[in-house]
Amino acid sequence: MTLISRFKRKKSDEVISGDIANREVEGLSQGQIVRRRFLRHRGAMISLIVLGAVILFVFSALDLTIGFIKYPGWWKYSIVDQPDIRTNGCPPGLGGCPTLSVNPFGAFGLGDHPFGQDDIGRDYFALVMRGAQRSILVMFIIGIVGGAIGTTIGAISGFYRGVVDSVLMRFTDFIITIPSIIIGSVIGYHFGNLGVTFLAFYLGLFAWTGLSRLVRGEFLTLREREFVDAAKVAGASNRRIIFKHILPNAVGVIIVSVTLIMSGAILLETALSYLGFGVVAPDVSLGLLISQYQDSFTTRPWLFWYPGIFIILIALSVNFIGDGLRDAFDPRQRRRISRKEKAAERKVAAEKQG
Amino acid sequence: MIAYLGRRITALLIILFGSSFILYNLAAISGDPTEALRGSTDPKAQAQLLALTRTLNLNVPPPARYFLWLKRIFSGFNFGNTRDGHPVSVDLSAAIPTTIRLILLATIIAIVLGVAFGIVSALRQYSRFDYGMTFVAFLMYSLPIFWVAVLLKQYLAISFNNFLAEVTIQPGWILALSVVSGVFWASLISGDRKRVWKIFGIAGGISALILTVLSITKWFANPGLGPIVLFGLSVGVAYGITFLSTGLGNKAALKSAQVMVVIALVLYYPNQYIFNHAGGVQTILVQLLVTLGIGYAVSRYFAKIDRRPVARTAMITGAVIGLLILVDKLMQTWKPYLATDAVNGRPVPTISESNSLLPAGNFWFTFLDTLLHLFLPTIALSLISFAGYIRYSRGTLLEVMNQDYIRTARAKGLTERTVIMRHAFRNTLIPLTTIIVVDFAAIIGGAIITERVFGWRGMGTLFNKAISDFDLNLLMGVFFVTATLAVLANLAADLIYSALDPRIRVVGS
Repeated sequence: MTLISRFKRKKSDEVISGDIANREVEGLSQGQIVRRRFLRHRGAMISLIVLGAVILFVFSALDLTIGFIKYPGWWKYSIVDQPDIRTNGCPPGLGGCPTLSVNPFGAFGLGDHPFGQDDIGRDYFALVMRGAQRSILVMFIIGIVGGAIGTTIGAISGFYRGVVDSVLMRFTDFIITIPSIIIGSVIGYHFGNLGVTFLAFYLGLFAWTGLSRLVRGEFLTLREREFVDAAKVAGASNRRIIFKHILPNAVGVIIVSVTLIMSGAILLETALSYLGFGVVAPDVSLGLLISQYQDSFTTRPWLFWYPGIFIILIALSVNFIGDGLRDAFDPRQRRRISRKEKAAERKVAAEKQG
Repeated sequence: MIAYLGRRITALLIILFGSSFILYNLAAISGDPTEALRGSTDPKAQAQLLALTRTLNLNVPPPARYFLWLKRIFSGFNFGNTRDGHPVSVDLSAAIPTTIRLILLATIIAIVLGVAFGIVSALRQYSRFDYGMTFVAFLMYSLPIFWVAVLLKQYLAISFNNFLAEVTIQPGWILALSVVSGVFWASLISGDRKRVWKIFGIAGGISALILTVLSITKWFANPGLGPIVLFGLSVGVAYGITFLSTGLGNKAALKSAQVMVVIALVLYYPNQYIFNHAGGVQTILVQLLVTLGIGYAVSRYFAKIDRRPVARTAMITGAVIGLLILVDKLMQTWKPYLATDAVNGRPVPTISESNSLLPAGNFWFTFLDTLLHLFLPTIALSLISFAGYIRYSRGTLLEVMNQDYIRTARAKGLTERTVIMRHAFRNTLIPLTTIIVVDFAAIIGGAIITERVFGWRGMGTLFNKAISDFDLNLLMGVFFVTATLAVLANLAADLIYSALDPRIRVVGS
């Protein structure tokens, strides 16, 4: 008897966590729940801020021309300027050392050449900024192109099934078998000189395979659901069903895999440029900078560190944002309820009873 | 089974055909091999242009030219010649073993470590270790492989070689490494605050002690385990494996593992004799088989019922102790290896796949040399897939732990060890086989870059040459090999999948 009553009064941890989680999402729409979960993901939020800050910083640093609008960058050098190589303040025999100082107890300042200078005196800060601009541009173009193609192919083959599905999926298999670095090199070596936008566009044409498989799977399950049947009975056209009913439900999968494509894209671009099959001189890319200066690592390490740090910063934040989105869109995912919250809940429950 | 295999292989052949067709056309339309000759004013250029057009069949449009290429493949794997006249198949057969060595080792290491860390991470969900591992995994995802490679060259090769000249570890390093070790173990075992600090202290202290002893005795100049340390390690291995495999409560398994330790130690000196007089890959394989045989016999002696888990325990224990003895032998080779003129005291290489100056004929020198040359590229290559395996095995195990059969297993009173190792771990392995395939394509791509950075003469070098010379025959040869490898990995994963998961039936219907 006492055992049973004790059992009744004392709720298990799991039940309490469930209670808290359920109460939190009561009366919220799916979109609101997702938004709330995403905003609560600490890693993703930090990454979002970091990525936003990096994009602003990088794109505002140098001159930018969009159509007729000319924006003068806030940084004094461009990638073609060749000021004299700085030697005072550098170790003997080494020119163009970085002037960036982030000493927490001393002065904080960029100095004349925060990231140093390269062999011929070009300002390395300007070069890294331009490289990062290129990488971010490539990342977004590949993400958009790959995402659009992948969604279209996955949606068509999942919705119409049958012959269309088999043909499209075999085609996907063909492309998935070719390692992306091989496709990328073939394209990059011959289209790299057309400029970075074209290169990214062509690479995007082959970056959709994983996404299309996932979208297809999502469409295959969603098209059997009741709400699709209801729409069909109400006389909705296929187009309307795809765009108004199924696609909004598959948007989670799409967004998450687009972030994966994007983080893969930035590494693909740098790898191709490193191999010499991507962005080519006189244009600048982070991978190209690393490949040009990898041998000077022992003598002038700054030429090697800064481009790498920017690659990692961008790729890492995109990956974390993707992780946050995945958690947010996953319906089974439950937030971790801390011990404190559980204790508070227990106390409230005890007061109610007592 | 045979019908199933036939169906799978047919599907894979179709995929190979389709993807090679796409790649061939893509490569053919993306550039013009005659470009250099066209612009030339040399009077002979016209004749050369005609000759080139004839040999490469450039007057045939690319889709039709693909079938000419395919026809040659079907008539006896003739890959044609490279632009400078070598037969492609000769170049390929020289490059394949190098690349496979690299890929295989990196894949195995990534799988073993990645799955182990992923599973611990899942069992300690939301702990410091879990958060740390998540961060590390994402960091590795975001690292450009060529960038890491340069860092590895500097810090693991050049600095380590410099360190070997002195062999004493600086106190600062001892302190730093001990703190790292303490943090690692404390976050791994976790618990309340007091316990965490205690573990941190113990682990850090032990690490500091070991490092100091290694430094004072100048162990790195002449490393080795010796029978005594070997015995201690073997006992640890025996208990550890028995714990994971059957639980220490299984007396038969524990006894067989202990007997394996004794047998291995008794055979230590005879083994050294065999190593010194008949060292070779075959000998090692025979020794492995003998070890497994002894393990099986021992388990037969101790276990009267339920023999399989006991046999498994004894055999794994024997194999791991055998590995330790092999490592010990390689450590003994270290000092003479360092002293050879070809090495000259700087053992960790940053470039190429073997040291050609090394005196031939000494199996242990060659073995150690191969391993040392594999050291950096393998680390660089396995980092990326390691991250993938951590994330994936963590996610899968968390999902499995929520299944009803885990609750049932707990409810019927099984120990937590049995629930995890027998019910959860095995089911986690099933979906893992599917990402091995995806990962394999990525690792081949990674190998192309890694070979470039470390100056290996493998498929990556051929690939670079093919792209920059616009050599379609060579490119297609490289692709043929990599795609076949990927496709075979795919097939193997399918078969393992169906062997592991009884729900998937392999029937010819």
